[in-house]
Amino acid sequence: MRLAGFYIFAAVVALLPVLFPDNYFVVVVGTSAGLHVILAVGLNLLIGYAGQISLGHAAFFGLGAYASAILSTRFDWPSLLALVAGLIAAGLIAWVFARPILRLRGHYLAMATLGFGIIAHVIMVQATQWTGGPDGLAGIPPLNLLGWQVDGDLQWYGVIAAAMLLVVWLSLNLVDSQVGRALRAVHGSEFAARMMGIDTARTKTQAFVVSAVFAAFAGSLFAHQQAFVSPDSFNLTVSVELVTMVVLGGLASTFGAVCGAIALTLLQQGLVVFEDYEMLIHGALLMAVMIFMPQGLFVGLTQAAHRLGSTLARSKFRRSLD
Amino acid sequence: MPEQLFQFLVTGITVGSLYALVGLGFALIYNASDVVNFAQGEFVMLGAMAAIALQNAGFPLFLAAIVATLLTVGVGLLLERFAIEPAVGASVVSTIIITIGAAIFLRGVALLLWGKDFYALPPFSGDTPIQLGGATVLPQSLWVLGVTVVLVLLVRAFFNRTLPGKALLACSYNRVAAQAVGINVKVMLRLAYGLSAGLGALAGILIAPITFSSYEAGVMLGLKGFSAAIVGGIGNPMGAVAGGLLLGVLEALGAGFISSGYKDAIAFLFVLMVLFFEPTGLFGHKSAERV
Repeated sequence: MRLAGFYIFAAVVALLPVLFPDNYFVVVVGTSAGLHVILAVGLNLLIGYAGQISLGHAAFFGLGAYASAILSTRFDWPSLLALVAGLIAAGLIAWVFARPILRLRGHYLAMATLGFGIIAHVIMVQATQWTGGPDGLAGIPPLNLLGWQVDGDLQWYGVIAAAMLLVVWLSLNLVDSQVGRALRAVHGSEFAARMMGIDTARTKTQAFVVSAVFAAFAGSLFAHQQAFVSPDSFNLTVSVELVTMVVLGGLASTFGAVCGAIALTLLQQGLVVFEDYEMLIHGALLMAVMIFMPQGLFVGLTQAAHRLGSTLARSKFRRSLD
Repeated sequence: MPEQLFQFLVTGITVGSLYALVGLGFALIYNASDVVNFAQGEFVMLGAMAAIALQNAGFPLFLAAIVATLLTVGVGLLLERFAIEPAVGASVVSTIIITIGAAIFLRGVALLLWGKDFYALPPFSGDTPIQLGGATVLPQSLWVLGVTVVLVLLVRAFFNRTLPGKALLACSYNRVAAQAVGINVKVMLRLAYGLSAGLGALAGILIAPITFSSYEAGVMLGLKGFSAAIVGGIGNPMGAVAGGLLLGVLEALGAGFISSGYKDAIAFLFVLMVLFFEPTGLFGHKSAERV
């Protein structure tokens, strides 16, 4: 019962290409939305549950992508091995940086993660002999899953949907575990959490590492699917977009992050027509959601629906008395 | 070698003055409201772009600069009224996201108004380089330095010698107590946003003849200003000035002696190191609680 929402979501994801066969919008935009969901769900563990902001998460997305790209093009590693190497690298780097970075709070943490993201981006642009510099790396082979070569939009939709569902399932379970409760305690009050015997540094580190590994996972899939990576996909704007997704959907709710990621992907697709207005609307939306619905669209709308429901029930009850 | 070093120092101090002005704006707003305003860089961009547009429309340079600064102050006040005031009491994460949203919004407005083109202002007093002990100095660099010194002294005097300045300082120590002794905290908040927008705009106008300006020009400048404020110990205005100069010089030396491509990475690596070893900044109050 706890995972009812998850099963409904999985069913919708599976049924979409069946209901709309050969639909460009479903397979192509759906794939991009799936990657965004992986990124947002991971980042939500850090921002939403642990309450620690990261303005440099695109760095881990890029790390996964470049690990896959470099290992599979320059060293001819099998794609699955390259993917796993990317995940391990992201996890290790996150683990090393977690302690000094997460010791910081609030604005200092924002600054440190920002700096981290910018340094990673500069390296992607400048280390030309490895990353191909600003022009990026092309010719990345498609994902090869034990002999099965992923090919075509529909197959990619399937692979990324499966990956996304795995991440959502992991996140839902993690949040309901002891680690998840510890994370929420840290968010509520770090001091109180420590009083309760929670190793806050370890808890925050775990959230940071898991979210970095999820981001690298999305990055690796992205690299193999696009067959091309360039630093533009991992800059500061992307980091901010990832935070937007988490905030838009609703902090500390896995399905909030899912909704936020899908909503922003659709919005970006819709706004392509109004190219010049995209930035304006993006900024206005971010401000408006944070000011008027700080708990996010998903959580905010669910609560509003509850309130509306109870108001209706109350007025019905009153009318029945009259 | 010594001439080269001197040249890099001159460049670094010019850029650093700019970071100092932007950092000063961060510190002002942080003092008044505990908010780090990520739209600070956009004030710089708006000041520069508005001055350029006005100058192209036939305004004399001086008048264009004044009107552009006033316009940006207006934008700062609007931002405070419509984005910050409704969200009083929001968490740090929320306010960071609100001001990032404001920054993207302002960038979007600039994109609509001026497109993606690059613009520049003519130098205030010609562009014949001045030879100074082996280094070439642009007259505009002297303008940047001179105006920065004057502005920093003015801000200092404002905090130390005027009643509104002292009231603003009181707000930064304890807003409730400030309210209790009759300081109108809301007015102080507006004052801080107006002042900081004005400082940002002036920084933008000063640099507009040296670097080209576009709708995106504020992003990096804003981040460097934020770094300056953090390095100096956030909420310490003179610390932000020192942090800005330090960052500018370091960046210029890094670009000159190591690699110009890595100059931003060098600057941010320095900031990370400061945060790791002196988490309250180089000139911050050691006892200050950072939450």
